[in-house]
Amino acid sequence: MELEGGIRVVEGSYAVAHAVAMCRPDVISAYPITPQTHIVEDLSQFVADGVIDSKYINVESEFSALSALVGSSAAGARTYSATTSQGLELMHEVLFNAAGMRLPIVMTIVNRSVSAPINIWNDHQDSIAQRDTGWIQLYVEDAQELVDTMVQAYLIAEDPLVSLPVMVCMDGFILSHVFEPVNLLDQKAVDSFLPPFKPVAVLDPDDPKSFGMFVNPDYYTEFRYLVEEAIERSRIKIRDAAHRFESAFGRYYGDLIDTYQTDGAEILLVAMGSLIGTLRDVVDDLRSKGVPVGLLKIRSFRPFPAEEIAKAVAGAKVIAVLEKDISLGTGEGALVTEIKAALYNRDIRVPVLGFVIGLGGRDIPVGTIQRIVDKAEDVIKHGITVENEFVDLKREILNG
Amino acid sequence: MKEIRIHGRGGQGSVTAAELLAIAAFEDGRYSQAFPSFGVERRGAPVMAFVRLSGHKIRLRSQVYEPDYVIVQDATLIESVDVAGGLKSDGMIIVNTEHDPENLALETEAAVRTIDATRISLDLIGKPIMNTVMLGAFAGASREVAAESIKHAVRDRFPGDVGEKNALAVQRAYDMMGVS
Repeated sequence: MELEGGIRVVEGSYAVAHAVAMCRPDVISAYPITPQTHIVEDLSQFVADGVIDSKYINVESEFSALSALVGSSAAGARTYSATTSQGLELMHEVLFNAAGMRLPIVMTIVNRSVSAPINIWNDHQDSIAQRDTGWIQLYVEDAQELVDTMVQAYLIAEDPLVSLPVMVCMDGFILSHVFEPVNLLDQKAVDSFLPPFKPVAVLDPDDPKSFGMFVNPDYYTEFRYLVEEAIERSRIKIRDAAHRFESAFGRYYGDLIDTYQTDGAEILLVAMGSLIGTLRDVVDDLRSKGVPVGLLKIRSFRPFPAEEIAKAVAGAKVIAVLEKDISLGTGEGALVTEIKAALYNRDIRVPVLGFVIGLGGRDIPVGTIQRIVDKAEDVIKHGITVENEFVDLKREILNG
Repeated sequence: MKEIRIHGRGGQGSVTAAELLAIAAFEDGRYSQAFPSFGVERRGAPVMAFVRLSGHKIRLRSQVYEPDYVIVQDATLIESVDVAGGLKSDGMIIVNTEHDPENLALETEAAVRTIDATRISLDLIGKPIMNTVMLGAFAGASREVAAESIKHAVRDRFPGDVGEKNALAVQRAYDMMGVS
């Protein structure tokens, strides 16, 4: 039996599993956790049925799943895992090791809120909290972009000039459990797009080497600098991968960012993930009513596209950042902080508003976005009164 | 774009019905999107699933608040859930019940259609699993999707005898609702 390509209505999770299978990973290791479960169930089924020739390592925790991949990747294997929420947080220590050891592991993060209180639904807190680990982070807006980005992720990660792990982030339930038409990739096409993994250095008993060994203060700074340099170089590779994919498959989603209706846009909405789809509809609707609104999609959160953002916002009169995370203690999400930082030394003084939205799976209706646009319009006229807010906060619950 | 909301209880196959409808509509040449209401699924608890159908690529990801169609798999839900909530006045609600539309406590200006789907599923499938029957009823009453496409999606998901029985039930419901 072979996995077939072509356009079908499938579940987002199946689309991921299919895309991963087309990338021919040597080793898969994962621990099931909602809402990632369907992905790893499908992959383990493929392995059990002999449809793919991967080694599937069952483990007792996410810490072990990623640790198994660190060993496998260091031995020269193409590796894959998927996780979410508490599972990703449990991997935290190993995430640093994977990046520091320059291992091109690829994971799908099925974005979900973090405990406490326990909640299984979507927001971006789990992966945002991993932003300093040295992993490249790409966010996708629909199942098709997810499929196509999984393949690009291996190309970026395994490039010898990068050699870093990549997490492809998809919204839990909203994308993992949606059924929609997806053009599933064909094995031959993926094989010609993605060459086999050629590791820079491998663990080999006949040619012993050390990975992630002890270094004293004379060397540690240089190792950290090298990781930063590598993730810096990944910018070119993310662009290359997007353009090469477009040449091979005819689909393109932007490079580190994507812009939509930004010509003459005075109000610029900024977001990541599946919310982008809804925002495209809202922007089209408002544009047809003469509201000068545009959209900036952050596709790569790490590396952070500061230069691209600065260019994209240059003509805007106000920027509204809608994000599904909160950096507790700053009063705002991580994305809005970084956007403000990107503009300051470039001397771009556009008012930047932060909207914390969609936490723990709270739905984001069109009307809520329209209210945010109204507030942004008001800032153009009267200046900033409220810099950051929790959208649709239920005061009646807070007041008991 | 047409938006459909399916109400049922955990275990009645509401999510499966949404998926099959999306697959069938895509076979008819329309873009489609199906997703559950992302509740914690427990047997017997009220659940919802949503479907969007469109001639264009569907980008909207919010839940459905003003559906064109509502499908109610279990009439006892009417007592506890506002199943007709937000339903467009020129829309339609299809309820699985042995009663006539005028005997249902529904507050809506939309068209109300009823079908004894449980009876059909008991007669033709041998089990009170009425989700595919409700899809046949939806196809017959709305003409938004072809009966053949529903039957194809059903046979594909449930190969063999089970699929054949379900396809028969789909056609029966389609024929009954088609004559209005």
